[in-house]
Amino acid sequence: MNLLQALKMGLSGIAANKMRSVLTMLGIIIGVAAVIILVSLTTGATQSITDRISSMGSNLLMVNVFGRGNIGSLTEAEMNDWREREDIAYLAPIINGNQEVKAGTETISANIVGTVDDYLLMNSLTLSAGRSLADMDILGRTHVAVIGSEIADTLYEGEDPLDKILKVSGVNFKVVGLLESSGSSMTGSNDTRVLIPYTTVQRLLQNARISQVTIGVAEAEQVPAVKSYLESELLSKYGSSDYFNIFDQTELLSTLAETTALMALLVGGIAGISLLVGGIGIMNIMLVSVTERTREIGIRKAIGAKKRHILSQFLVESVVLSCTGGLIGIAAGIGITRLVGMLVTDLNGLVSPSVVAIAFGFSAAIGIIFGVYPANKASSLNPIDALRYQ
Amino acid sequence: MLEMSNISKIYQMGDESLYALQDVSLRVAEGEFVAIIGPSGSGKSTLMNLIGCLDVPSTGTYKLDGKDVSDLSGDQQAVIRNEKIGFIFQNFNLLTKLTALENVELPLLYRNTSSDERRRRALDALKQVGLSDRAGHKPMELSGGQQQRVAIARALAGDPPILLADEPIGNLDSTSGKEVTDLMHSLHRQGHTIILITHNQEQANEASRKVSLYDGRIISDQKVCHESDADTQAASASAPDGKRVSQ
Ligand SMILES: Nc1ncnc2c1ncn2[C@@H]1O[C@H](COP(=O)(O)OP(=O)(O)OP(=O)(O)O)[C@@H](O)[C@H]1O
Ligand SMILES: [Mg+2]
Repeated sequence: MNLLQALKMGLSGIAANKMRSVLTMLGIIIGVAAVIILVSLTTGATQSITDRISSMGSNLLMVNVFGRGNIGSLTEAEMNDWREREDIAYLAPIINGNQEVKAGTETISANIVGTVDDYLLMNSLTLSAGRSLADMDILGRTHVAVIGSEIADTLYEGEDPLDKILKVSGVNFKVVGLLESSGSSMTGSNDTRVLIPYTTVQRLLQNARISQVTIGVAEAEQVPAVKSYLESELLSKYGSSDYFNIFDQTELLSTLAETTALMALLVGGIAGISLLVGGIGIMNIMLVSVTERTREIGIRKAIGAKKRHILSQFLVESVVLSCTGGLIGIAAGIGITRLVGMLVTDLNGLVSPSVVAIAFGFSAAIGIIFGVYPANKASSLNPIDALRYQ
Repeated sequence: MLEMSNISKIYQMGDESLYALQDVSLRVAEGEFVAIIGPSGSGKSTLMNLIGCLDVPSTGTYKLDGKDVSDLSGDQQAVIRNEKIGFIFQNFNLLTKLTALENVELPLLYRNTSSDERRRRALDALKQVGLSDRAGHKPMELSGGQQQRVAIARALAGDPPILLADEPIGNLDSTSGKEVTDLMHSLHRQGHTIILITHNQEQANEASRKVSLYDGRIISDQKVCHESDADTQAASASAPDGKRVSQ
C-alpha cells in the first residue's frame, strides 16, 4: 500500500461523511482565516504608517517643549539662532488646533496649523494653485491661508477658492494657496488642513506659545549632531530633560515597529487559539470516527492490514481535513482582507507569504498532532475484539 | 500444511482460568475439506481465530506451512493472514462503503500489487463466484447469498492456501445457503484447502473430514465417506488418539 492509496482511502473516509467533515473543517477554516486577516490588517496598517513617516524624509527632528514655570516656550530668537546653523536646512514652528471653518453658508471642521513655508517642504506638500506662506506674511501677520483640497471641495464646490474669504472662528482670511490632495499622514488628513502664518495665530490667540518645532536637517548624517546640539541648548534653558523631548525619524519608526510587532503577535496569538480549538474538534471527530469504524478496522486487520496501514489511513484523513480546512481558510482570509481593504479606506491589509505559510503549516501540524492519538488508537485495536464490535 | 500440537487457549477471568481450548492437536493436509462441529461455546471460533492467526495460543505450538506461527507479533500475524488465510465470516464482514470489486481487492491492497494486477485478480475472483456482473455494486445492493459470495471472492483474491469459514451459511436462507455450500465444494474440487466451522451436521457430513469439539477438546475426528468423491478420503492424517474423550 502506498501513499496514493492511503490518500484515496482517507479521502473516501472524508467523503463518506461530508456534512460532518465540513463542520470539522470549519474550526480550522475560521482559525486560519482569523490569523491571516488579523495579522494582515495589523501589518498593513503598520506598513502604511511607516511609509508615511518615511515619506516625510529621514532627516526630520520633532522638538516639543512643555515649558517650565516662568521659563516659557521657544522664543523667536532661539529659532533664529537655530536657523542660522549650516546643518539646519528647514525649521517650522507649529501651533495647531481643530476649528470650524466657514465660507458662505458651508462649514467644515479643519485642522488649523500656524506655521511657515518650510512646513510644506518638510511634509512633502505641494501646491496645486496659488502661492505658499511668504516671509512677509509671517512678518506682517497677514490673514492669508493655504487650504487642503477637501476644504476647498467642501466650502467652494467647484468654484476657484483663490482670493475667496475663509472664516476661521469668526476671523476672515484670504485663500492664497491650494494644496494638492495627499491623503493622510501621522498627524491626520492633509486635505482638511488650513495653513496660516504662525504669527497671525499668536496675535489672534494672544500669547500662543510655540511648543512644537519641526526641523529639517541638511544631511541625514548630521541628524545626531543637530539632535545633541538641540538637547544641550534646551537642557541649559530648562535645566532638566523632563521639560522637552526631541524625536527623530528612526526613533519614531523603531518605537512604532516594536509596538505593532507586539500587536501582530498578540492578535495572531488570539487567532491561533481558535486554530487550536479547531484542532481539538478534529481530534474529537476522529475519535468518534474510530469508534464508529471499529468493525471496519477489524475487517481490514483480519484481511492483512498492518498497524501502519490503519495508522496512515486515519492520519491521512485528519491531515487532509486540516490541510483542506487550512487552504480554504487561507482563501477566505485573503478574500476578506481584500474586502476590508476595499470597504474601509486607509485599512489595506498586507498579506505576507510568511503568515500564509505559517498558518498553513500550523494547520497541517494540527492535523498530524491531533490525528496521531485517534489513528494510533485505531491501529492498536485487537482484530478479534474489533471484529466482534457491534 | 497445518499442524497444531497440544494447543490450549486460556482466558483469565479474575482468579479463574477458563479453558476455551484444551490440549488440542490437529493436522490438516493440503486439499482437505475439514468440518469443525460442536455445540455453542465449545471453542470453535476460538480455534478458528488461532488457525487464522487472529490470536495466539496460550500454550502449544502451531506450524503453518512448516513455519512456527505460535508466537508472532501483530504485524507478523497480519502478513500470515494476508498471504495464507482467506476468511469467510458468518456475517460476511464486507465494507459497506466499498463496491464488490473494491472489497475483493482489499487483501491485495495490503501487498505490493500494482493496481492493474489487483483489478485483474479481483475480477477473476468475482468471476469464479459468478458475480462478474455485480462488480460495481455495493453490499447493500446485493442479496445475502451474493454478499457471501463476494466475501468468498475476497478470500480467494489473495490466492491463500487455506480458506477458513466460520458458519458461512448461518445467516442465509436455505437457497442462498445451498448456493454458497455448492461454491465451497467446487472450490474444494479445484484443490483449495477448506476449514469449515458449522453447527449443521448435514453440512458437516458433506465435508471430507469431520472434527467434533466439545468443551474445548476434540472429541472425535473422522473421515467422511462419500460415494461420489472417494479420492479426498485418503488425505487426512489426524492427531487425536481416542475417538471420544471422557468429560
Ligand atoms: N475474549 C474472551 N474472554 C473470555 N472468554 C472467552 C473469550 N472468547 C471466548 N471465550 C469463551 O471461550 C469459550 C469458547 O468460545 P467460542 O466463541 O470459541 O465458542 P463457539 O464454539 O464459537 O460458540 P458459537 O457456536 O456460539 O459461536 C466460551 O465459553 C466463551 O465464553
Ligand atoms: Mg462461534
